[in-house]
Order: sequence, then C-alpha cells, then structure tokens
Amino acid sequence: MTGTDTSETSMRALPQNRPARSGPAPAAPAPSPRRARPVRHVGRPGGAWALPALLYFGVFAALPMVLVAYLSLTSWGGLGTPEFIGLENWSRLVEDPVMRRAVWLSLVLTVLNWIVQTPIALLLGVWAAGPQRNRAVLSAVFFLPLLLSSAAIAIIWRALLDPNFGPLAWLGPRLGLESVDVLGGPTSAFAMIVFVTAWQFIPLHMLLYQGGARQIPASLYEAARIDGAGMLRSFWHITLPQLRHTVTTSSVLMVVGSLTYFDTVLILTGGGPGTDTTIVPFLMYRAGFRSWELGYASAIAFTLVVVATVIALLLVRFTGFGTMRSTREGL
Amino acid sequence: MTTPRVVAAGASVLALLTATACGGGGGGAAADDTMHVWMYQDTLVVVQEAAVERFNADSDVQAVIDEVPGDNYEERLRTAMGSSEQPDVFFNWGAGSIQPYVDQDMLMPLDDLLAEDPELADAFIPSILEAGKVDGVQYGIPLRGTQPVILFYNEAVFEDVGVEPPQTWEDILDLVDAFDEAGVTPFALAGADPWTEQMWLQYLVDRIGGPEVFERIHGGDMEGWRDPAVLEAAETVQDLVERGAFGDAYASVSYTEGGASTLLSEGRAAMHLMGSWEYSTHLDQDRAFAEDDLGYTVFPPVPGGEGDPANVVGNPTNFFSVTADTDHPEQAREFLGHTSREEYVADMVANGEVPTTTNAEAAVADSPNPEFAAFQYEMVRDAPHFQLSWDQALPPETATPMVTEIESLFNGQSTPEQFVDALAAL
Repeated sequence: MTGTDTSETSMRALPQNRPARSGPAPAAPAPSPRRARPVRHVGRPGGAWALPALLYFGVFAALPMVLVAYLSLTSWGGLGTPEFIGLENWSRLVEDPVMRRAVWLSLVLTVLNWIVQTPIALLLGVWAAGPQRNRAVLSAVFFLPLLLSSAAIAIIWRALLDPNFGPLAWLGPRLGLESVDVLGGPTSAFAMIVFVTAWQFIPLHMLLYQGGARQIPASLYEAARIDGAGMLRSFWHITLPQLRHTVTTSSVLMVVGSLTYFDTVLILTGGGPGTDTTIVPFLMYRAGFRSWELGYASAIAFTLVVVATVIALLLVRFTGFGTMRSTREGL
Repeated sequence: MTTPRVVAAGASVLALLTATACGGGGGGAAADDTMHVWMYQDTLVVVQEAAVERFNADSDVQAVIDEVPGDNYEERLRTAMGSSEQPDVFFNWGAGSIQPYVDQDMLMPLDDLLAEDPELADAFIPSILEAGKVDGVQYGIPLRGTQPVILFYNEAVFEDVGVEPPQTWEDILDLVDAFDEAGVTPFALAGADPWTEQMWLQYLVDRIGGPEVFERIHGGDMEGWRDPAVLEAAETVQDLVERGAFGDAYASVSYTEGGASTLLSEGRAAMHLMGSWEYSTHLDQDRAFAEDDLGYTVFPPVPGGEGDPANVVGNPTNFFSVTADTDHPEQAREFLGHTSREEYVADMVANGEVPTTTNAEAAVADSPNPEFAAFQYEMVRDAPHFQLSWDQALPPETATPMVTEIESLFNGQSTPEQFVDALAAL
C-alpha cells in the first residue's frame, strides 16, 4: 500500500527535478561561499527503485506482523484452522504471572547489558582508534567472539561451566567458590547470561565506537593540548560529546538486541533453573513450540515488537538523534 | 529506461522467494514412489533400517528412513504435520503425543489392520498395544522395546562403601547418608532435563497413592494434583534434596550430553533412576562398566503407600502411526506388519532391547545380557500398571509448564505446597 503511494509521488515529482538533472546547477549568487558550493543536483531516484526493498519488507516483515496480530486473536496448535477467540490470549497475557516475571527479567537484562557493555565497548573502541603499537593485533583478538555463532558460544560456555566435568568444576573449589553449579543457581545463571552476552557483543559495539572515534577531527585534540588539557579532560570534553550519536546507535542496537535475545538463553540455561532466566523471547518460544499455543505465543511476540519499537523510537527521539544534526556542525 | 532493470530486480526477488519456498525438502508429500518413515535418531534405529531393507526387497514403493535428531523431534514433527511435508509413517509415544493429530483427523485408524491380521494383533502384549489407542481407536503399532524406569547402581561403589542395594524406603535414606559420608553423590540426577526429575515424582506418586491419582489428572481434572499423595511425594522430594541425595550440583547436569550417566559409570555417583535405555547408553560408552559393574533393581515401596510396588512407570514402548493423507496407505500398513516379524524381534534383542511381543521371553535369552533382559521383561509383564511418562500422557500445553514446576521443586525454588498449587492452577 505504502509502496505504491511513495512511488506515485516521486514519479510525479520527477519532471520538476528534471531541468536540474541536465548538468551542474547554475552558479547562483551564493550568500556564503562556504555553504552554497556549487552542488551537482542529482534528481530523486524513481520510487520504482524502492520496490525490491519494499517487496522484501512487505513479505518478510509487514505481512508476518499482520498475520501474527491476527493469530494472537485465535487459538491454534499449529494444525488445522486457527479458531477465533477474540481477546482471550490478551487478557491471559496481562494476568499471567510467568509473563510478568519474564517482562521484569527482560528489562533487568536490558539495563544490565547496557551498563556492562557500554563503558567497556566505549573505552576499548576509543583505545582501538588510537595510534598505539600492537593495537591492530589486539583489536583483532577482541573482535574474535563476534565471528562465532551464538549457538557455538553458548555450547562452549556451557561446557566450560559444567559442574562436574568442566574446567570450572576443577578450578572453582581451588578458588574457594562455594558452588560450582553456576548455571544451576538463579542469580548466577542470570549473571552468566549477562556475562556471555557482553563477551559476545562488546566487539560489535567496540567497532562502532572505533569508527566514531576515528571521525573526530584531530584539530580538536591539538587545540585542547595547546590549551593544556590532559588525556582525561580531552576524553571527557571532546571524545564523549563527539561520540554522542554513536552512543545512541549502539544503545538502540543493544536495547533492541537485549529485548529480543534468545539463542544463548535457549542453549545455555534453557530458561532455567525453573523460570529464573525465562525472558520474554524464550517464553514466546516455550509457549509456541513447546506448549503449541501459537495464538498465545503470537500475543507475546506482538507485545515484544511493539515494546522494542517504542523504546527504540524514544531513545532516538530523546537523544536528538533523529534530527540528523552532525556533531561536526560549527567546525 | 529504468523499467526493465526494475522488472528484472523484481523478478529475481520473486524467483528467490519461490526458490526458498520450495527449497525445504525431506517430506513425502510429493506423489512419488518413496514412502517416508520418520524415526527418532539414536543407536536403536538400525533395527528399523534393517526392516526397511527387507520391505524394499519386494515392494514397488521404496521406504526411506528420515532420522530426526532427538532433542526436538516433537517440534519438528508438529511443524511437518502442519505443512504439506508430512511423513507417511512416523515414530511416536502414543497417547497424548498423537492426540492433536487424531483431533485433526490426520491419522489412519488401524483397527481393521489388526482385524484382518490376527497374527499381528496377537503378537504384542495386550496392555502395550492398548497404549497405542486414542479414544478407543488403534492409531499406533509398537515398534520398539519396552522402556520401564529402573533404579540402576554402580556395584563397585556399593562394594567399596560396604552397603547393599535398597529394598525399602528406609534403605534408600540410609544409603543416602552412607554415600554422603563416603563422599559419593548418592543419586546421579540430570537436572537440566526436568523429565529425569519427573521420573522420581512419578514413582513416588504411584507408590504413595497408586495409579488412580494420575488417572484423574489425565482425565482432565487438574484438582487431582491436590491429592495428598502428590503433596507427600513433593515433600519426599524436598526431603531427599535437603539430605543431599542428589549432591549439590545437579541443576545444570544434562542427560542428553551424557553427564549423569558418566557420573554413575565413573563411580562419582552410586545410583541413577533412569529409563531402561540407560543400559544401552553404557554399553555404547563404557562397555566394561555395563557388563561388570552395572546393577539394577526396582523402585522400592514407600511406607504406608497404597500403590502396588510392582507398578512400573516409563514408556510402555514407542509406536508407528500412519498419516491419513499418505499416498501409499496399503504399503504403509504392510510395512507396519514387519514390526512383529521374527527377524525384527531378533534384531531388537541383539541390540539390547526387550521386545513387547508375547513370544519375546524365548528371544530374550539371545540378548547381550540375558539376565538384564529377563529382569526387564518380567518387570513389565508382571506389572499391574504401567504409567506412561506424564509429559507424554498430558497434552503439551499442560505438560510444558508442569515439567518447569517439577524443576523448580527440585531446585528448592518452590515449596511442596507451592508446587501443588501451581500444578492445580494449570
């Protein structure tokens, strides 16, 4: 629907743009030579070019979401025809204590992930953007976990933490640890999920921060040095403010990623012990593919999509990211 | 100017979509000369492979075994059954595990097959054949050996500590203390797979209150969980946990990865309550231990309990069912007939299984461990009641939260009272 709309408007818009297309814009009298450098106007590309992307989005994102919204109003075991039951799944969702707990755990996981990963990724990223020796080699080492699949990471950590046969079973008592059944304790299992997530995703965010830090003009640091600012001051007053959009990008990725985090939980703890690591996406999987209550699972899924979208939008809005103002303005 | 390219791009996207949509093969929906037989993937599947070979020798339709990894067999099956990729014949646990397919008229009733072929009907132990029925209609034909839950133990460890295998519940409690003092975990338990903990509750509820307790729940009355026998069983579990019967690091031990079995064979744990397949697992992993030191006995009676101590829990057997839409109904029925044949039964016995056929007693003598096979055969034959695993007997929407509650009880995250309340609320 939206696809045709956009393409029509842009098609209509096309002729007006046409004259500009034929060549460099006439050197109009410029108010300030700096701002109005003669720009070669390229006409807006036809909306038809968006078709493949729109088609892809429609088939793989929009359509499934509409289907999921419909399924959430039905009772369906994956066989036969879904039976329409109105808002029953939704009222159950509101009252379900397991769901309430899962929402709480998901929020805690999101906040903890942000608190743990952001400072480390930021410092590592800024460091990796610098000129030190060995930096390239170490960066590559730090980067490694990102290359492994989540499933492989979870299996490796599970083996390392095995209470009877893993290295921790040997090392734990020697370190004076009381319990080596790390994945069997409610708090420790949750902590391990935070840890493994950080281990896996800090490299990605480090890469973002490294890219961001490299964009900061060296002249800023030179000026600061001349004014007598030390490393800490430069970091605090130049690097951090300059990286604020990167922080937003990284945070949105982190928050949305944490809310939809699933594979590691499935393999590492299976949502256990009990329901102590049953976060919302895992509960959705459990309701859908273990209990075969696909209607209920759809209601959970839809909630998740809405909540993640809203949080992402709010983050973008309140950080001023959406205005697309450059950090370099005024330089 | 741009149009052709756009069309080309669009066309290639569409082509890609169609390609992916048709890409997932493996099923038997396409009308061809192949009959797809879905099997749970494990070491026992060689028996079915041999049967397929014999069947294919004189049939136009060729049977093919699709081995499905065990961890998510049921998920994969349900997904396939909901699509056009249905198998023709498939492995299952009977009862609740096939109920949803029966409700959707997706399975072929097999009563007339048994009526036409009385030899097949008489081949199996009647109570076991009964477990292949849903709502009084036969939908499953036994395809594997019987799988009762047995109390296994490590004879060498018992000798070291100087104790005897348990006969009564007091023995169990004494053994827990004795092994605890000796620094050996009394019972291996794979707490990461809550169905292993379910076995304990099943036996305790059966020994304390008899099979009627679960029958009521199975009939759909969730208030049945409030039976005093369930609470007493849960309190017994709590007591065992507090005494250290399972050690202090069981919550994240996995059965499928071999953790609990290894604890037993290495002598780090003295006993292990597990399905009869535990024997083949050890045969496969540590042959010397299986042959020399692996002991086995029945679950002891609980003082004051009403249940018959000869009752058994576990899986009576596994079944083959035929989908209603199969292109090869006749061949599928013929194939099912193979599961009672002499060669098939002989293959099962050679593989360490105890068949569910009435004439198995004689065949059992050829087993790699005749003594164990005879013990298991008699245990099942003489059991007044054989309780199918709860999570297979109940529909998935109650079975899934139930096993989670069992896990919480064993981990001490809920009290016996909370456990009962949670189950009754399902």
